[in-house]
Amino acid sequence: MEHVQTGKKDERFYELLQRLQETDFALVELNLYLDTHPNDEAAIAQYNHLVQQRWLLAQEYEKSFGPLMNFGHSFVRCPWNWNDTPWPWQV
Amino acid sequence: MWIYEKKLQYPVRVSKCDPRMAKLLLEQYGGADGELSAALRYLNQRYTIPDKVIGLLTDIGTEEFAHLEMIATMVYKLTKDATPEQLKAAGLDPHYVSHDNALFYQNAEGVPWTSAYIQAKGDPIADLYEDIAAEEKARATYQWLIDMTDDVDLQDGLKFLREREVIHSLRFREAVEILKAEQGQKKYF
Repeated sequence: MEHVQTGKKDERFYELLQRLQETDFALVELNLYLDTHPNDEAAIAQYNHLVQQRWLLAQEYEKSFGPLMNFGHSFVRCPWNWNDTPWPWQV
Repeated sequence: MWIYEKKLQYPVRVSKCDPRMAKLLLEQYGGADGELSAALRYLNQRYTIPDKVIGLLTDIGTEEFAHLEMIATMVYKLTKDATPEQLKAAGLDPHYVSHDNALFYQNAEGVPWTSAYIQAKGDPIADLYEDIAAEEKARATYQWLIDMTDDVDLQDGLKFLREREVIHSLRFREAVEILKAEQGQKKYF
């Protein structure tokens, strides 16, 4: 298993981050759409499909680059790696 | 409850140090139609809006915080390597003597953010029309910000934010229609 890095990241970091951002964007869009179109079955199926895809992507990202979320929503390692850089504005 | 996610909603890249542009971007950080105003406006209105629209206000309000973080990242990246001389040349010397390189919730002219920028009328239609107007004003501001820079990397992030305002406006318009249908009567404005 790859060690969690700090500072500047490799190509894989940017590639995984972008895939995550793309999937999350589709989820945000579908979420807002469903807020005003709650009976669209196809959109709901697409949403649930992307939820699963997103979960797998996040697992893959976190395995190499540390927790995405705080307060118990991501697994962490010793030493506590939530504090590791880069923070989003440092990427 | 809110949970932080350690990534930006959309990548923010800038191709040069540009404190002048950072100063202008503050309009969308702590300005009247900026992202802080948007987030606080929607998340405050949701307590008194009909149930059918609470989800939308919660979700758009939450997305606005992601946009606030993107603007902060732009300002941070555009100013992190700036010398005091460069900040002065960009008109940021009053900011520098008060805040150094720290961000502050103020508009492009340095006026601190105030809750007077946002409304909460308690009337669902009045509140949603306020929200639609806010999104359209923010969309216009993003266009003018895009016009003010030749940095294509920065423009890319700003174009994403401009498009989000279009979507939010559309969803708020749909919310108005949902409430009208619920009331069983048409209202004209």
